[in-house]
Amino acid sequence: MPKKFVSDFKVVSNDKLNESYFRLRIAYNGELPIILPGQFAEIRVDGSSTTFLRRPISIHDVNIDKNEIDLLINIVGDGTQTLSRLKSGDLLNMVYPLGNGFNLLSKDSSALLVGGGVGIAPLLYLGRKLKQKGVDVNYLLGFKSTKEIIALDDYNSCGNVFITTEDGSIGEKGFVTAHSILYNLPIDKMYVCGPTPMMKAMAVFASKNNIDCEVSLETKMACGVGACLCCITETNEGHKCVCTDGPVFNIKDLTWQK
Amino acid sequence: MAEVNVKIGDLSLRNPVLTASGTFGYGTEFEDFVDFSRIGGIIVKGTTLLKREGNPCPRLAETPSGMLNAVGLQNKGIDYFIEHIYPEIKDYNTNVIINVSGASVEDYVKTVEKISDLDKIPAIELNISCPNVKEGGMAFGTSCESASSVVSAVRKVCNKTLIVKLSPNVTDIASIAKSVEDAGADAVSLINTIMGMAINAETRKPVLSTITGGLSGPCVKPIALRMVWQVFKVVNIPIIGLGGIMNANDAIEFMLAGASAVEIGTANFIDPTISVQIAEGIESYLNKHNFISVTQIIGKLEI
Repeated sequence: MPKKFVSDFKVVSNDKLNESYFRLRIAYNGELPIILPGQFAEIRVDGSSTTFLRRPISIHDVNIDKNEIDLLINIVGDGTQTLSRLKSGDLLNMVYPLGNGFNLLSKDSSALLVGGGVGIAPLLYLGRKLKQKGVDVNYLLGFKSTKEIIALDDYNSCGNVFITTEDGSIGEKGFVTAHSILYNLPIDKMYVCGPTPMMKAMAVFASKNNIDCEVSLETKMACGVGACLCCITETNEGHKCVCTDGPVFNIKDLTWQK
Repeated sequence: MAEVNVKIGDLSLRNPVLTASGTFGYGTEFEDFVDFSRIGGIIVKGTTLLKREGNPCPRLAETPSGMLNAVGLQNKGIDYFIEHIYPEIKDYNTNVIINVSGASVEDYVKTVEKISDLDKIPAIELNISCPNVKEGGMAFGTSCESASSVVSAVRKVCNKTLIVKLSPNVTDIASIAKSVEDAGADAVSLINTIMGMAINAETRKPVLSTITGGLSGPCVKPIALRMVWQVFKVVNIPIIGLGGIMNANDAIEFMLAGASAVEIGTANFIDPTISVQIAEGIESYLNKHNFISVTQIIGKLEI
């Protein structure tokens, strides 16, 4: 696993993307270490009296030339609310890069990256890296409604984008699990991140169709480095830490279908 | 420059800072962040005779200035530790101390016997205070008789410095500390986590899978400090203080209350480099106040 660091970053920009999502662009004053798609950072939240622990946030994108990292964050509580108020020039302290990351397909294969809600965050950097390797990248992204959709230019630049909304306002109506693309596209591997019911449904689809499938799990975490054993998930080999053995797991190793 | 080394029984610490069991893994998890040669020691994850899967999820609940955990002593057992983990960590340039937990006196004794052969482990921290497992740990630490019986039995087979970790979930921690001293402990460490709970009002369900869990972090510090002070007044063995230490100043408060050394626990989650910073901060404090040795502040609360 790549070496981990604890470092201060400077906020370059904080863009409000919709009602509850914002994108932080942060810069490191030095050379960024190797960061794998699917890895995450533990972010210290300063200035919230109710937030004690760091917040695990996935790496949304990396600009290695500018030593910048993007984080796509959904406001769910006081911690993320506080982060949403950061302004350019503010400092952000991160422990990173954490977790295992996705296993990348090799070229001349076809990948389907399925995201729901803020679970789309790690799929941008993943798609960028897959595209660089010559993989055919297809995104299937699910949102509640038009209001929740964020600007998708970044995703469009990395692959073909297919959308579902629960109210049918854009793309196909319903959940990602029913999108027609699932049956019309040759898929060598699926990468899934989103709400647990969605990931479980996609895992069932992948198993039925013999498609290799990795999911990125989200849990509450304390240390982020495999020491506290708070963020475990059930696997075929017993409890594993989401922070270090994951967050990415192959569905073959999880006990979801038992 | 002030001397910062301290002695806990036969155990020499280059400085009074240890990392608390369960918050620092086996050290390997923190190798990228901490130069082990700059702390007094590492107390590794609680180990039991047999493998334990620990409690189901959720195991964690955050509080405004701390956290509740319900890990339940997940570990692979002492034989796995000896075969796979010990070889990896035995040559760390610091004291490697193992924390031992058990469900019966026999469990504790058997586990400690196995550790006796490990040359590079100078001390054992006997956990008689884990609040998260039904059958073990805390049951021993909540009465003088049971605490005494497990410590006496372990003392007979323990050739290393024996530190006994006490539970705060008792009416009189000082009397338990005294019993443990009389039973042959070389030192006591306190406090383990305080039993607490969290409820999700929306779902009307407990947050933790075990309903109750162990509270740690800065919210417990005043209680821990008070208990160290109470214990200091009745025992003659060294005390290792812990409970919500987040910075050097907190550590010094514990030493003034009577602790010869401190353990850094939950703070490792907030800043993985904190243990070294605290060790350096203690030294700066001593120099600033013109002390020649850290031993000059132990129990020197001015009343």
